[in-house]
Amino acid sequence: MAYDKFTVLRSTAVPMPIENVDTDQIIPARFLKATERKGFGDNLFRDWRYNSDDTPKKDFVLNNPIYSGKILVGGKNFGSGSSREHAAWAIYDYGFRCVVSSFFADIFKGNSLNIGILPVTVSEAFLDKIFKAIEADPKTAVEVNLPEQTITLLATGESEKFDINGYKKHNLMNGYDDIDYLQAMKGDIESFAAASLY
Amino acid sequence: MSNKPSTLFDKVWDAHVVRSIPDGPDVFFIDRHFIHEVTSPVAFLGIENRGISVLYPQRTFATADHNTPTIHQDQPVKDPLSAKQLAALSSNAEKYGISIWALGSPKNGIVHVVGPENGITLPGMTIVCGDSHTSTHGAFGCIAFGIGTSEVEMVLASQCIMQPKPKKMRIVINGRLGKGVLPKDVALYIISQITASGATGYFCEYAGEVFENMSMEGRMTVCNMSIEMGARGGMIAPDETTFNYVKGRDKAPKGEAWDKALAYWKTLKTDAGATFDKELVFDAADIEPQITYGTNPGLGTGITHSIPKATEVKDGEASYKKSLAYMDFQEGQPLIGKKIDYVFLGSCTNGRIEDFRAFAKVVKGRKKADNITAWLVPGSHIVEAQIKEEGILEILNEAGFQLRQPGCSACLAMNDDKIPAGKYAVSTSNRNFEGRQGPGARTLLASPYVAAAVAVTGVVTDPRELLSEA
Repeated sequence: MAYDKFTVLRSTAVPMPIENVDTDQIIPARFLKATERKGFGDNLFRDWRYNSDDTPKKDFVLNNPIYSGKILVGGKNFGSGSSREHAAWAIYDYGFRCVVSSFFADIFKGNSLNIGILPVTVSEAFLDKIFKAIEADPKTAVEVNLPEQTITLLATGESEKFDINGYKKHNLMNGYDDIDYLQAMKGDIESFAAASLY
Repeated sequence: MSNKPSTLFDKVWDAHVVRSIPDGPDVFFIDRHFIHEVTSPVAFLGIENRGISVLYPQRTFATADHNTPTIHQDQPVKDPLSAKQLAALSSNAEKYGISIWALGSPKNGIVHVVGPENGITLPGMTIVCGDSHTSTHGAFGCIAFGIGTSEVEMVLASQCIMQPKPKKMRIVINGRLGKGVLPKDVALYIISQITASGATGYFCEYAGEVFENMSMEGRMTVCNMSIEMGARGGMIAPDETTFNYVKGRDKAPKGEAWDKALAYWKTLKTDAGATFDKELVFDAADIEPQITYGTNPGLGTGITHSIPKATEVKDGEASYKKSLAYMDFQEGQPLIGKKIDYVFLGSCTNGRIEDFRAFAKVVKGRKKADNITAWLVPGSHIVEAQIKEEGILEILNEAGFQLRQPGCSACLAMNDDKIPAGKYAVSTSNRNFEGRQGPGARTLLASPYVAAAVAVTGVVTDPRELLSEA
């Protein structure tokens, strides 16, 4: 599925300083029953965001109008648990294009890259700086620059480099996906399969 | 072939790399692909929209499990959304010529139970599925891990995924497990020691006497839980226990093909002198029956211990307090004697025949506690048949328990098997996340022995007390 190309993103950010945000919180299993990729943003963080009578929980960050933006900033070990890509879909469909944390669970990180969300891993110290900057000014702007692989707090100019492999970076900047690549090397795959033991 | 000592993981990984992309992932060939109704429909839509087909349909196997009811499976599925997903799985399988064990098939069951029991899972394979507990198959010396739906689409289209090679970790446990300690306790113990993210970025090999002496069912339980410490997967070198389990199974090789495969499988072990990025060593004697008290699987402890103080755990204080608040537990509170409402025996972690044998051993000659609602859900119809053949069903019925029909059930509560808000469940499944077993449900993860001890006493109970009486 096509996604928006990612180059430089300047946006305010939504803070979620909680560790081990698992994919059951991002999108509970009972909302995984769709056969199409539609409407998952409505149920993003469903049980943290809404009471059981569907009224919004006032103390949850997504219900607080002072916070908004295309960048979600989470605590350590973000996206742990289930492999459900629906978690990344929900984050994308809600409007986020970038998730920042000091540590991501592997499958969530891979799923995000595959659908056009940039996971940015920063040091614990820099993560703390971002949380403090948003706390001081919810409208503070953050720049995520993929070509330069930097994340910057624009108010102070404080910046940090982040890692991403060259192949995935190229894909994200151009909106490519892996299946195009795999289709182009079908001959190699067929030769490999022919020699397989199983 | 190089003579450099190599790990089991490297041997299997390197044998499946079709191409290494410079400054990028490996194009990684997949021998077996399992699909189920929840994470596959959008992938099929994807290949349809691209106008391409399934490259190797005979390498993909479908089973319905996540969304299926565990009673009245002969009747139409009532929830229209679940019914639609199940229908999509069946029609996609039919359209592309993929083998399917749909609801009602005698081979139906949880994907990670039916794969091994039918010989679809074989040593040295690469196996993926849109489910994080695919790590289960690592018990056979496979590289097996969960993938997202984009990757399900890649495998359907090309039998490959793009995968950066993870780092390698080895966990060695020598010695003998004490009385009442099951493979689930070994897994929960490791996770409690290294946290729910302690192995993120790694693929783990389990080695040492504890795993060498473990049954295939036990090894599957341990490898299944690898993802709960953040590892992409876990694996155990195949040995005689593995070969004896595989031999004669429906789809296992036979005759000459068996001999050829066996000769290869015997090479699948870590050479002396091979190195890992990280090695951890634990002592079997330190492991007692475990139970979790928090909202991630790393928040567990020996059953006789009290809930630790915030200063004693590696999770941040705010997250830890949030976790205990959800559970309505206090720091320093003892676990033994805590009143429980529900017991769940089942899931891809503990839904195999050995788990039911263990549960039956404890409840035999006793009665279900009045305050307990117990859901006993076999992992497959084959497990269900074994339960009946071995006389376990009579023991369970005699003690006041009923058996449900196979499926993922209350492990993720996608069907009607939901623990009500605020209630406590001792569960043999794999995750105690907030709301995992139903909105507001409070889950304590444990072994089948602990689950059985709770089921007959109504409170958290050390199973060793009941086993010593038997």
